[in-house]
Amino acid sequence: MIPGSFDYHRPKTVDEAVALLGQYGEEARAIAGGHSLIPMMKLRLAAPEHLIDLGKIEALRGISRDGDTIVIGATTTQAELIASPVIASNLPILIETAMLIADPQIRYVGTVGGNVANGDPGNDMPALMQCLGADYVLKGASGERSVAARDFYEAAYFTALEDGELLTSIRIPLPPAGCGWAYEKLKRKVGDYATAAAAVMLKLHGGACSFASIALTNVGDTPLLAAEAAEALVGSSLDKSAIDAAVAAAEAITNPASDGRGPAEYRTRMAGVMLRRAIARAKNRAA
Amino acid sequence: MNDMTVPREEREAKLEGMGCKRKRVEDVRFTQGKGNYVDDIKLKDMVFGDFVRSPYPHARVKSIDTSAAEALPGVLAVLTAETLKTVNLAWMPTLAGDVQMVLADGKVLFQNQEVAFVIAEDRYIAADAVDLVEVEYEELPVLVDPFKAMEPDAPVLREDLEGKTEGAHGARKHHNHIFEWTVGDSEATDLAFSKAEVTVKELFSYHRCHPCPLETCACVASMDKIKGELTLWGTFQAPHVVRTVASLLSTIPEHKIRVISPDIGGGFGNKVGVYPGYVCSIVGSIVLGRPVKWVEDRIENLSATAFARDYHMTTELAATAEGKITGLRCHVLADHGGFDACADPSKWPAGFFNIITGSYDIPTAHVAVDGVYTNKAPGGVAYRCSFRVTEAVYAMERAIDVLARKLNMDPAELRLKNFIRPEQFPYPSALGWEYDSGDYETAMRKAMETVDYAGLRAEQAEKRAAFERGETRELMGIGVSFFTEIVGAGPTRNCDILGIGMFDSCEIRIHPTGAAIARMGTISQGQGHQTTYAQILATELGIPADMIDIEEGDTDTAPYGLGTYGSRSTPVAGAATAMAARKIKAKAQMIAAHMLEVHEDDLEWDVDGFRVKGLPEKTASMKEICWAAYNNVPPNMEPGLEAVSYYDPPNMTYPFGAYICVMDIDVDTGAHKVRRFYALDDCGTRINPMIIEGQVHGGLTEGYAIAMGQEIAYDDMGNVTTASLMDFFLPTAVETPFWETDWTVTPSPHHPIGAKGVGESPNVGSVPCFSNAVNDAFAHLGVTHIQMPHDNWRIWRECKRLGLTG
Amino acid sequence: MAKTHVKMTVNGKEIEALVEPRTLLIHFIREELELTGPHIGCETSHCGACTLDIDGKSVKSCTMFAVQANGADIRTIEGMAEADGTLHPLQDAFREMHGLQCGFCTPGMITRAYRLLQENPNPSDEEIRMGISGNLCRCTGYQNIVAAIRLAAERMNGTQNWEAAE
Repeated sequence: MIPGSFDYHRPKTVDEAVALLGQYGEEARAIAGGHSLIPMMKLRLAAPEHLIDLGKIEALRGISRDGDTIVIGATTTQAELIASPVIASNLPILIETAMLIADPQIRYVGTVGGNVANGDPGNDMPALMQCLGADYVLKGASGERSVAARDFYEAAYFTALEDGELLTSIRIPLPPAGCGWAYEKLKRKVGDYATAAAAVMLKLHGGACSFASIALTNVGDTPLLAAEAAEALVGSSLDKSAIDAAVAAAEAITNPASDGRGPAEYRTRMAGVMLRRAIARAKNRAA
Repeated sequence: MNDMTVPREEREAKLEGMGCKRKRVEDVRFTQGKGNYVDDIKLKDMVFGDFVRSPYPHARVKSIDTSAAEALPGVLAVLTAETLKTVNLAWMPTLAGDVQMVLADGKVLFQNQEVAFVIAEDRYIAADAVDLVEVEYEELPVLVDPFKAMEPDAPVLREDLEGKTEGAHGARKHHNHIFEWTVGDSEATDLAFSKAEVTVKELFSYHRCHPCPLETCACVASMDKIKGELTLWGTFQAPHVVRTVASLLSTIPEHKIRVISPDIGGGFGNKVGVYPGYVCSIVGSIVLGRPVKWVEDRIENLSATAFARDYHMTTELAATAEGKITGLRCHVLADHGGFDACADPSKWPAGFFNIITGSYDIPTAHVAVDGVYTNKAPGGVAYRCSFRVTEAVYAMERAIDVLARKLNMDPAELRLKNFIRPEQFPYPSALGWEYDSGDYETAMRKAMETVDYAGLRAEQAEKRAAFERGETRELMGIGVSFFTEIVGAGPTRNCDILGIGMFDSCEIRIHPTGAAIARMGTISQGQGHQTTYAQILATELGIPADMIDIEEGDTDTAPYGLGTYGSRSTPVAGAATAMAARKIKAKAQMIAAHMLEVHEDDLEWDVDGFRVKGLPEKTASMKEICWAAYNNVPPNMEPGLEAVSYYDPPNMTYPFGAYICVMDIDVDTGAHKVRRFYALDDCGTRINPMIIEGQVHGGLTEGYAIAMGQEIAYDDMGNVTTASLMDFFLPTAVETPFWETDWTVTPSPHHPIGAKGVGESPNVGSVPCFSNAVNDAFAHLGVTHIQMPHDNWRIWRECKRLGLTG
Repeated sequence: MAKTHVKMTVNGKEIEALVEPRTLLIHFIREELELTGPHIGCETSHCGACTLDIDGKSVKSCTMFAVQANGADIRTIEGMAEADGTLHPLQDAFREMHGLQCGFCTPGMITRAYRLLQENPNPSDEEIRMGISGNLCRCTGYQNIVAAIRLAAERMNGTQNWEAAE
């Protein structure tokens, strides 16, 4: 498993990186942690002629709070996310999710930006970002734009990111105060992609659900925002019938592949089971 | 000089002999990154080989164009079947009496079959060149399902065998048939079934899996054209056999070939066979006059070398209404893939599958095994088990559970009722083995008491009731298995590999200062031979283990041996070690008598030397004797202290054990949790309890993986879908259960030190135990058998079928 | 393709080299620097046999290019013992607790455990199992590895109240 040859670039600024991406167009790939791209290159399923290493661009790193928004630099690693007090106090669901990604070594180098940007439906962060209503900041030769996570994913490995564009940061609005949260993932072992997973944010007000957001991982060729499922919860007391309705609505939008994790029917059902469990845990956590 | 006045216990402790938890000698280098594995070898002018492989599972190879690859700078040669034909090596014999293509000769029979071998200055260029070899294929109909292999219109796989009605093991019934192997009394068995009060019948499929050691297969071939000598380093579990095969294939005289197995990163049966990579590397080195290194990548390892199992066993038991088993009948459909490259002793095309009667006194039995070809990778190796023993144990241990359900008896009680009793040993089994020793009931009862088996059954009943009441979504399963292994192949009267009897060997040289070196015909792949053989010698010879070097794996220095697999090292080479030591001890006794001026019959052995009977203060320590062996031997005796033993075992050994598993199953996801696993092993005399426990932990972990999800799977088109460690289940520390280990000791009466071998027992015994636990969780719902692997979705499918979940 | 100049510290030694950009770090370490302790097991970042300690992180070096390690401070199993040859407590503990068999995963396992104990000097068994879940072992079933890491942690903390296995 040996990758093909390429030229290596190590820009120090975002502008430099964007310029290189613009210059080489589809022959170039940006690399951060590399744990998605390098295996593809070793299998020769990807053969970029130019590799643009984002590792030395300080501006792409770090976690901060900007008013009611949490900003995560694209090359922030999962390990940095897990260790961040800002995330712990504002968006603990990110830590719960990151802990379920891959294994310790990969979390040291795997980046949040890479996880959301490469379009692999197996990745966990995209559905979570949809659930949280995050925006992705993309920078290209013609300037910067923002694309909602909910609009970003087109098909497996196809996203709104254009050739020459770079994901620079992820902006996550603070969830409503008192929100309960949970990310439930069924997998075969540590390091596996989800058989199915569900991200849930919900808020209770006077015993009724006043806000809910739900998204699903790896049960379609993109992450799936389960808007109808969330709607089924809002206004309810999270009683059995409301949850049943949410689960049915969520299962209805899945279209998983049959693979070693199980046939499509199983994975659809597991999306429902994960959702049911995530709702239960989120409910317990809601203030 | 040794002082034999020191108390006996102190002298014994100093030896670190048999029975002590001696720390491993090997670990000093391994913990510092100073192991020496094949890919660590770097030779001057060494070049690298890499394979072009077929993307198709069954296709005609219309043409191979190597010109673009050969034109790439740094590429030295591209071998194809046409090249190999010039040296008569396009095909090679398999250990099973079949032949196998080294490189695709006209067609390919499985996905990722070797088609061409590129040799280049480094592995990066070789990989680039692989992409440049243009192969034109014409796809052929694919045969994946072994049950369809012998349909009249099944595709013809092996055109080279067209019209051949006789194979290596008798008549072939069909163009995709390899052999039929039968054993037992068919008529008597039929009669037992016709008279039986109760019978059960079930198909137990043991899926295709793979040993998958962490180090893949690899070699370095180095031909010295001036000396006419070939040196071959490789991940070989049987270096001497490789030397003989290499000589037969290459026509290089055997004394001009040196095969070296350096440190090996796990074997588990994967590294017994001879693979195309070895042949191509040798040919490449002969052609180029430069050393050629070949290292499999993980995809190649999982998809092309040495799968295990793929045995489909229709098993029947006949019994009385009280639960006494009166007969066993089994038909096996064995999927061998495109070539029969299973690594069994030559006369045993289904290995020792006839151990299937297990630990039970079954008066009559009959087994028939049909081997077939399919468009899958060749192999059929013994993955951490003796040959086809884990398959047999799985069938028996599942079948007895099925019988217990039908009789409405507890599965442990049914086992107790049918065990071979201690006084029946040596026990002749209905299918032709003579079990050496055993005390099954003691082991089973100890296991049941330790885990509080009755308490577990009560807890299970409560949990089932709670499930009924809707208070839990978990079902509890209790798995019981009791296995008898057959290891230590084997007596040369019926065990050989390519005509070479399966003895093993040890050669000992004692140096004047009392230090020693012993060289062995086996080769460790992690079993700790350097540590444990020295312990045997320490006890036998009274020389501290730390003063004894153990050397293996170099055919230029080691005595001929058949290698390490099938738990044969301790039963065979361990015996050779003791026998060689006893030759030395006999000579030492004569020297001691000479030194002490007494008759040798007047001496008695005492830990590390001899004492004169009745005059215990008159002693000759082994250390003194070693020195005397080089300057003060009796008249007419040759100086020196050396011995060699080639040990031909009189019988196999029969380790056994009782395992119990407690598992909870989440019916909504099919996920499981092993709450408890208890393993009691009886491997006879225990040489190093620490190493035994480690072996048991490792084997249980492999067994857990196999039962619960580890599979080499093919889709309907013949594509292998599990060729990476993402999809091929190797559990991490998180999934792996906690293991409780225990033991009884029933020595082998025919083995010089009573040891039986243990490395493979935990794999053999645990797979049915896990599977029985899964099945037991659903037994109250009328389930008799769920096929392995028991991964989440397959268990969930059963839950859904039973209406337990949506 | 042009070769790239790299400079890094490996086991305390400054090294410089020209590498092809596609050279994987594990190949650079094993073949150029001849540090063959770290191994290649799966090539797809699943097994952890190639784990190195890079700038205070455990990294699978089969899935990293040597050029990406430019400027890095790297420690391999060969750099785990002290300069005078005194073994790291993990190296001793792995031997004492029989935490290895074939030895192939061991360098990566110890290197990973080293970082784990730097970050969490007193891990529970469950935390140890999570902490080494990026390293596969085919021989030991992990139980004695967990015990070895626990023993090393206790010794490093000076809190050992361990009764070494009989």
